[in-house]
Amino acid sequence: MGEAALNATLLKKGAEASLFLADWHGRRVVVKARLPKRYRAEQLDMTIRRYRTVHEPLLMHEAKRAGVPTPTIFLVDVENASITMEYIEGTQIKQVLDVLSKNEREVLCTKIGELVARLHKCGVIHGDLTTSNMILSEGRVVLVDFGLGDKTFELEAQGVDLHLLKRALQSTHFQQAEACFSAILKSYDAEVGEAAAQAILEKIREIEKRGRYVAERKQET
Amino acid sequence: MTSDKTKQRFCLGIESTADDFSVGVATFNGDIVANVSSNYIPEAGGIHPREAARHHAEAADDALAEALNKAHLKPKDLTVIAFAQGPGLGPCLRTGATVARALSSYLNVPLVGVNHSVAHIEIGKLKTGAVDPVTLYASGGNTMVTAYAAGRYRVFGETLDIALGNCLDVFAREAGLKPQKGFPLGAAVERLAAKGKVLVPLPYVVKGMDFSLSGLLTAASAVLHQGKMSLEDLSYSLQENAFSMVTEVTERALAHTEKREVLLTGGVAANRRLQAMLAIIAEEHSAKFSVVPQEFATDNGGMIAWTGVLAYMRGLETSIKESYVKLRWRVDKVDVPWVKQH
Repeated sequence: MGEAALNATLLKKGAEASLFLADWHGRRVVVKARLPKRYRAEQLDMTIRRYRTVHEPLLMHEAKRAGVPTPTIFLVDVENASITMEYIEGTQIKQVLDVLSKNEREVLCTKIGELVARLHKCGVIHGDLTTSNMILSEGRVVLVDFGLGDKTFELEAQGVDLHLLKRALQSTHFQQAEACFSAILKSYDAEVGEAAAQAILEKIREIEKRGRYVAERKQET
Repeated sequence: MTSDKTKQRFCLGIESTADDFSVGVATFNGDIVANVSSNYIPEAGGIHPREAARHHAEAADDALAEALNKAHLKPKDLTVIAFAQGPGLGPCLRTGATVARALSSYLNVPLVGVNHSVAHIEIGKLKTGAVDPVTLYASGGNTMVTAYAAGRYRVFGETLDIALGNCLDVFAREAGLKPQKGFPLGAAVERLAAKGKVLVPLPYVVKGMDFSLSGLLTAASAVLHQGKMSLEDLSYSLQENAFSMVTEVTERALAHTEKREVLLTGGVAANRRLQAMLAIIAEEHSAKFSVVPQEFATDNGGMIAWTGVLAYMRGLETSIKESYVKLRWRVDKVDVPWVKQH
């Protein structure tokens, strides 16, 4: 965990990485450590952890340039697969989405759609757009966890990114999912322009039909 | 059992979604008193839906008779008939549904259409004692990570393209391995993989909570046909990549839902390497890990019968008119009112 390890306390043990709260030269920081996964073959595990450790900060930097708030990176330790970054004070969108009023929820979703569109316009794919990875902090939405992200302008990748967001809403906020996703899409569309919006909508539909057991898919028999 | 047969109620379940025609009988207390299967083995390649359906039609009579015989029952002892209404292959589903409708009308007992994926989860819970698990259901046709929330089994992650069992099966066929009775192709890959040591770089595709296996299969097949790697090493590499992906996604669902149990069910559940990986993540999250017993891992009538009991006891029945098969019936479209919220 590098130099921040001395006074680190475990914030969250995620599936992909553990987050530690630490003091780094007088700053409150988060150390994201991708600890070895015992279930994976060692060589495969090392490859995956290092790949994600290198790519995540790059994508977060790109996101910032696109006008999407992300934590500032302070230190990347590839050897130990750990990243030291700014601690964001706030609440996960996951915690607030269901308790907001209808109006507030729509405003928030409009904001989310805008941010995702800005990412995609700059060729950044988040890769794991769940409401756990969005933090409401002083009125801003800060995106975190770009570990499964990608740098590409491909429509396919953008479509999957949005499809996963829809799926995340459906599994976690099933009551609100539909209204939320349509608000997100609306502002996404406004941000990317009509032609791009049309293309992405069609792509999402195509991706959904490719999935297993989707009622709308044409049956071959 | 014979003495209280008059008081005991029974559900007969018919499973015919893919290559198995299976009849099971469950008591309302959760004893599976018969589970008889007949497996269709293709002459070449994968399952041919029409050929499989023909097999099912021919096997139905004997399977029914044998199941009732094993349960020491006469047809008139049955309280309810359950059948797998979907998802699955159309011709196969229709054969099972036809048998079920005929039985229900002839005996004048209610019919219950059961979701095949729900049945895999329910039989896993029944046989292992799991109460509220994160479930990895991996078979030849399905691969998904589910957990119960607000009335349904929600899908937390799933394959974006092909199923895990399908990936292993197609690879095995590409490698020229042949299926044998009671010895599925996946088991052949597992045996080879156990002898592998060298890891070949192959695609590892996790997207959010979902994963993609078709690119992995294509890449593994390409390396296979180059002929430079041993089949053992390649089987090992394929398994390590594929299983790590589904395990990663299962762990994410576990961290996300904070449930305390992990259940492995479906045909691929028999694989020891996959079991070992899931046992590790369960342990790391202080969750209890269970694997469905072999007999109930692959498609079976017992799981349909048991899920039929659960539904029937909550007053759910399927009229003949509504008993049409649903080829793409997603697990998260099914209300499961018998499950308690934890």
